[in-house]
Amino acid sequence: MKDLSQLDVPGPTKTPLTAPFWENAAEGKLTIQKCGSCGEHFFYPRPLCPNCWSSDVAWTEVRGSGRLKSFSQIWKPGHPGWLPVTPYLVGLVELDEGPTLLSHILVERNEAKIGDRLEFIPQNIGGQMLPCFKYPDNKEEPV
Amino acid sequence: MRHLSPRAAISGIGELKPVRRTEGVTTLELLMQVSALALEDAGIGPDQVDGLLVGPQVGETPQHVPAMVSEYFGLQPTMSNMVDLGGASGPGMIWRAAAAIAAGQCETVLCVLGNHRNTPAPRSPNRNPAREFDPPFGASGANTSYALLMQAHMAAFGCAAEDYAVIAAGARGNAQLNPDAIFYGQPADVDEVLASPMVASPLHLFEIVMPVAGGDAVVVTTAENAKEGPHRPVHLLGAGEKITHRVVSQAPNLTSGPLKPAMARALSQSCLGIEQIKFLSLYDCYTIMVATTIEDAGLCGPGQFANWLRDNGGMGPQANQPINTHGGQLGFGQPDLAGGMTHVVEAVRQIRGNAGERQIPDCETALVTGNGATMSEAVALVLGGAQ
Repeated sequence: MKDLSQLDVPGPTKTPLTAPFWENAAEGKLTIQKCGSCGEHFFYPRPLCPNCWSSDVAWTEVRGSGRLKSFSQIWKPGHPGWLPVTPYLVGLVELDEGPTLLSHILVERNEAKIGDRLEFIPQNIGGQMLPCFKYPDNKEEPV
Repeated sequence: MRHLSPRAAISGIGELKPVRRTEGVTTLELLMQVSALALEDAGIGPDQVDGLLVGPQVGETPQHVPAMVSEYFGLQPTMSNMVDLGGASGPGMIWRAAAAIAAGQCETVLCVLGNHRNTPAPRSPNRNPAREFDPPFGASGANTSYALLMQAHMAAFGCAAEDYAVIAAGARGNAQLNPDAIFYGQPADVDEVLASPMVASPLHLFEIVMPVAGGDAVVVTTAENAKEGPHRPVHLLGAGEKITHRVVSQAPNLTSGPLKPAMARALSQSCLGIEQIKFLSLYDCYTIMVATTIEDAGLCGPGQFANWLRDNGGMGPQANQPINTHGGQLGFGQPDLAGGMTHVVEAVRQIRGNAGERQIPDCETALVTGNGATMSEAVALVLGGAQ
C-alpha cells in the first residue's frame, strides 16, 4: 500500500458549518446532517435541509457503510501532489442512509466493481485524517 | 408547452482559429476581434448592437463584466448580462438574447465568448462544495467527474471501450475537413484512441478535449432585421434548459442527464421530432457526453448509442444525421467556454449552406446542445432555415 500521509496535496477548505464533518471523521465517526422535519439525511453540509428547507437539522452518526456507485482509476491527477501514488482509485459511495460522497477508495488496482459494499475508514492523506472507504473483508489493509 | 414568439434569428457569426498559446494577449482583445468578425458577417456596425451577453471568464475583470466589455467595445447597450452555464453558456445566450428581444428591451444582441491561454493558469481560489469535498480525495475536476459518469454508463449497459472510442475517431475524422481544427491533419482511428494514454479510467487522452485559446461570437436579432443581412437567417425554433446539480456526487442520475428534458422542451417548442433534425451539433467535452446525449435525445435506447451510430453511417457529412461536422470540440479543440458556442456557429454554417467541403446536403434543421460542469447544466436549441 502506498503511503498517502506524505503527499503534498491540498486538504479540505473547511468552514465553521462543515468543520464537524471533517473533525468527527478524523476521530473515526462518519457524521452527516439529518433533517428533523422531513427525516432525510443529506450531504454535503448546509444550514437548511435542501429537501424541505427546514432549519431543524442536526449532525448524526451514520453506519459508515455503503455501495460503490462508480469509480475511476486516476493516472494523470489534476494536482501534481498526487503523482507519487498514481494510479489510485476514487469513487462515488452511496451511503446506506441515502446520500452519496466522493471519496478515496483504498484498494489495489482493478479490484473494484460497481455495486461493491464498502466501509468508512479514516485515512491520513497529506497529514490530515480524511474519511475514506475500504472493503469490509480486509482485502486491503490501510496504512 | 409554450412556443417562442416572436422568433429571433441569427444573422452573424465569428470564430477565431484555435491556438494552444497566446502569450500576453488579453481576453478582452480576443473578444473584440471575434465580435468584429460576427458584426461584419451580419453586415452591421457596432451602432446597431443594443444588447450584449458575455461569459464569466473575462480574466481581467472578475466583476462588472458586461460593463467592462461594453466600455472596451465602445457599446452602450440597453440590455447586458453575464451567462454562467459552463459549456452551456453559448447556447444559453442564444435563447436569452431572443427572450430579451421579445421583451422589447433590445433588437440586436451580440453574444460573445473567448479565452486566452497564457502561462501559468492560476489555480482556482474557490471556497465552495466543489472545492471542499472532491479534490482532497484526489479527484481532479472534470476528467474525474466524466470518468465516473462513463464507468457507470459502461457498467449499466455493458458498453465496450471501443463503442466510445468510435466517437473520438469520428470527431477526428470530421476535423480533417476543417482546416481551423486543432487536429486538422491528425486523424485518429479507434485503435489509436484506445492506445492513447489512460488519464482517468475509462477515459483515454483522445477522448478528452484539448484546451485551446479562441473565441466565438453570434449576432441574434429580430427575424425582420435578419432578412436585411447578407446571409440566410437562421431562426431559433425552440430552446430548453435544465440544471440539476453541480458536483458529480450530487448527480441525480449518472447515465442520463439534464439535456434529456432540455432537448424535449426545445423539440416540443419547434414542433419537430428528433428524426426531423438533419444536423446534430452535440456538445462533446468527452466521448461519454455524446453517447449519453444520443440516448437522451431519444435517437435510441439506453446503452444503444454505438449501434445507432453504426446504423447512422458514422458522424460525417454524408451520415444520415451528421454529428459535429466541424470536428466537435474533440477535433476542433475546446476554447474554454467558447467551445460550447462552436456548436452554434457550425449549425449556422450548415443551415446557411456555406460549410464548404463538409456541407451537409439539404441541411434545414439542427439540434445544438450545450453542457456544463458535471453533466449538470444543459441547454438545447433547435435552429432552422425556415421560420
